Amino acid sequence: MTEIKQNNKSMLQRFMPLIIFTLLVVLLGVGLTLNPRLIPSPLIGKPVPVFELPLLNKEGVFSSEDFKGQITLLNVWASWCYACRQEHEVVKQLARSGLNVIGFNYKDKKEDAQLWLRQLGNPYQLVMADEDGRAAMDWGVYGAPETFLIDQQGIIRHKVIGPVSDQQNYDELIAAIKKISGSNL
Amino acid sequence: MIPELGLFALIIAFGIAIVQGVVPLVGAARNDATMIALARPAAWAQMLFVSIAYAALTYSFVVHDFSVLYVSQHSNLVQPLMYRISGVWGSHEGSMLLWALILSIWTTAVSIYSRGLPNVLMARVLSVMALISVGFYAFMLWTSNPFERIFPVPADGNALNPLLQDPGLAMHPPMLYMGYVGFSVAFAFAVAALLGGKLDATWARWSRPWTTVAWSFLTFGIALGSWWAYNELGWGGWWFWDPVENASFMPWLVGTALIHSLASTEKRGVFKSWTVLLAILAFSMSLLGTFIVRSGVLVSVHAFATDPARGVFILIFLCVVIGSSLALYAWRSGTVVSTGRFTWFSRETALLLNNIILLTATAAVFVGTMYPLVVDALGIGKISVGRPYFDTMFALVSIPLILLLGIGPVMRWKNDSSERIIKSLSIVFAISLSLGIVLPFIVDGVLNIATGLGLAGALWIAITTVQIFYQRIKAGSRMPLSFLGMILAHLGMAAFVAGVTMVMTYNQEKDVRLEPGSTYELSGYEFKFNGVKNVTGPNYEAQEGHLEVFDQGEKIADLHPQKRAYSAMGNPMPMTEASVDTRLMRDLYAAMGEPLGDTAWSLRLYYKPMISWIWLGCLMMTVGGVLAVSDRRYRQKRS
Repeated sequence: MTEIKQNNKSMLQRFMPLIIFTLLVVLLGVGLTLNPRLIPSPLIGKPVPVFELPLLNKEGVFSSEDFKGQITLLNVWASWCYACRQEHEVVKQLARSGLNVIGFNYKDKKEDAQLWLRQLGNPYQLVMADEDGRAAMDWGVYGAPETFLIDQQGIIRHKVIGPVSDQQNYDELIAAIKKISGSNL
Repeated sequence: MIPELGLFALIIAFGIAIVQGVVPLVGAARNDATMIALARPAAWAQMLFVSIAYAALTYSFVVHDFSVLYVSQHSNLVQPLMYRISGVWGSHEGSMLLWALILSIWTTAVSIYSRGLPNVLMARVLSVMALISVGFYAFMLWTSNPFERIFPVPADGNALNPLLQDPGLAMHPPMLYMGYVGFSVAFAFAVAALLGGKLDATWARWSRPWTTVAWSFLTFGIALGSWWAYNELGWGGWWFWDPVENASFMPWLVGTALIHSLASTEKRGVFKSWTVLLAILAFSMSLLGTFIVRSGVLVSVHAFATDPARGVFILIFLCVVIGSSLALYAWRSGTVVSTGRFTWFSRETALLLNNIILLTATAAVFVGTMYPLVVDALGIGKISVGRPYFDTMFALVSIPLILLLGIGPVMRWKNDSSERIIKSLSIVFAISLSLGIVLPFIVDGVLNIATGLGLAGALWIAITTVQIFYQRIKAGSRMPLSFLGMILAHLGMAAFVAGVTMVMTYNQEKDVRLEPGSTYELSGYEFKFNGVKNVTGPNYEAQEGHLEVFDQGEKIADLHPQKRAYSAMGNPMPMTEASVDTRLMRDLYAAMGEPLGDTAWSLRLYYKPMISWIWLGCLMMTVGGVLAVSDRRYRQKRS
C-alpha cells in the first residue's frame, strides 16, 4: 500500500494563493473603475423618445403617444435585479396612491418577469417588455432599477437612478411629483 | 456631550490599537519581555474604550438625541426601546462600531482564556487582531463616523428600516458578526504561527475551540436570518441566494472546511499548511462579506461609483490584510513539513475530500455572487445568476458531500481497509436508499427520484451517525463531549437535508382572491377568510387579516397576517408580516397580498412540509459546536 507523504512545497505551490488573489483583485479593480459615471439624463425636459414595445401580460403595444394626458411614472425593472426587489413595495405604494405607474421590463425573460410579478405583486397599469434592450437605449437606461417621471404633455421631468426606496431618491421623486401636479401626494 | 465622549473614546481606542498592533510584534521579534507584556493590558484598555464609544451611541439612541445624524436617520420618537437599542446596528456606521466592539471582545477573550499560551505567541496573536482593529477604527473615523452631528436638530427622526423591526432580525447581525469576527482568532493564530515559523500541531489545538465557537455563532446567525426572511418577507422562502446571504454563506462553508481540517492537523499533524491557508481564507471571506454588504456595490454598482470612499477603503483594507497574509504564507510555509503519514483510504483522506467539496461549493457561490457584479461594473451588460444556477451547483456538490458524511466518521485514522467499511456500511446504504425512494412513493403514489435521493441522503447520514454512536456505547468506550458534539451536528445536517428535500418537493403555494367568508382548500386544509381589520401598533398602522384553518372540519389554527405601514416623516413604509402555524411536520403560512375592491383581498397561502427541520437542523449544528468546545480537553490547557 502506498503511503502519502507530504513533501516540502515548491515555490509555485507556495505562491499560488497569492497569485490567484492578485488576479482577482486586478479584475475587480478594473471592473469598478471602468464604471460609467453618473450623469443626469440629457432627456430631462425633453419629450419621451419615440418607441413602441409589446406588452408583457397581454396583446398590444405601448408607444410614446400613450403617455399623454396624465402624470406617469415609468419604472424600469427586471426579475434578475436585486435592487428592484428592494424597491418594489415602495413602487406598489406609489401605485396605490393613485399615480399612473407603468412598468418597463428590461432585458428579461417573459416567464421570469411574469413569475416575479405574480410572487411580489403587480402594481403596474401596463408592463411593456424590452427583451433586447433596444428601446432602453433610446431612453438612456443603463441599468435597473431606474424610474422616469413623465408629465401630462409627455415630457420627462425627473429621473431616479437606483431604487426609489432609497430615502433621498424617494424624497426627490415626491418633490418632483408635487411640483408638476401641485397636489399633496 | 455624550456623543463627543463616544467619538473621543473611539479615537483613544484607535490609538491603543496601533500600539497594541505594533509594540508586542516588535517585542516578539526582538524577544523583549516588556514589549511583549504590553499586549494583554493594551487589549483590555482597547476593549474599555470601544465599549465606552458603543455605550455612548446606544445612549444617544435611547434618549432620542436627534442631533446625532445617525440616530436621526435610524430612529424616531415612537420607536420601541428594543428597536432603539438594536437601531445601533441598523445601518452602516453603527454596524462597523459593533464589528469593532465584537473584535475587541474576541481579543480580550483570547487574552483571558488562552493563558497556557507561550507569551511570545500570545503577543503575536493579540497584535495581529489589533492590526485588524486599526483598519476598522480608521474606516469609521475617516469615512463613517457614527457620532456625526447635524444642525439644525430635527424634531423627530426617520424610522429604522421596518424590515429590521423584528426580534429575529434584531438579533441576527450580532450573531453573524460574532461568527464573522470570530474567524479573526483562527486567522491571528495562523499568522502568528507563520511569523514565529513554528507551525506545529499545537497551534491547531489552540485555535480549534475558538474556530468552533465562531462557527457556531455563524451557523446560528445565518439560521436566524433565514428564519426571519421566511416570517417577514412574505414570500414563504427560506433562502434566496441573494448576494447578502451568499456573503454570509461563503465564510460558513470555508469555516466548516476549517474546523474539519483543524481536527486532522491537531490529531494527526497532517495538512498543516493547508489548514493555515484555510484559516486565512475563512477570515478573508468574512471581510469580503463585509465589503459586499457595506460598500454599496449590491444596491447598484452605480452607488459604488457615486460614493466610492467607503468601498475603496474596504477594498484596499481587504487587499492589505489578505495580500500580506498570503505573502507571509508564501514566504514561510516552505519550512512546514507535515509529519503524519496516511494511506489513501483513511479518515485523513475523507477529511481532505470534505475540504475539497466544501471549497468547490464556496467557489460556486463566489462565482455566482461576484460574476454579475463584475459584468455589470464592466458595462458589458447584465446577467442573471439566479436560483437555477445555485440549486444545480448545490445538488451536484451535496451528493458526494452526503455520501462522505456517512463514510468519513466511520473510517479510522491513518489506514483503514475498504472491506471493513463496505461490510459495515453496505446494509445501511441499501436500507437508506430503498427507504428513501419507497417512502415518498407510498405516501404520494408517485415515484420521484430527486426526492427519493434527498430523503435517502438524510437517512444515510442519520443512520450512519447513530451507528457510530451506538458502537461507542456497546464498546463501553469513553464518550467525550467533542464526540457528542460531532454526532449532534451531523444529525443536524440530516435533519436539514430532510427539511430541504421535503419543502422543495411538496411545497404548495397559491395566490388566491378571497371575499370575507369565503374559503379555499390547500393540501387538504381549508382556509376560511374572515376579513380584514385595522390594527395600530406602537409605530405602525396595520391591516390585519383573519383566517381560520380547518382540518377535516376541525379548527386547528388562527392566522393573522398583517400588512403594515410604518410611520416615518410622512413616508409610510409598507411591510408584510406573514402569519405561520408551525408544527413539527408542516407549516401553514399566510401572507397578505393587495386589496382587491372593497372587501376582497389577494392572499398568498402556503403549505410547507417539514420546513422547521431546516432551522432545527441548524440549531442542532450550533449546539453540536457548543458541546464540542465544552470538552474538558480544551480546558485542561489552561493553567
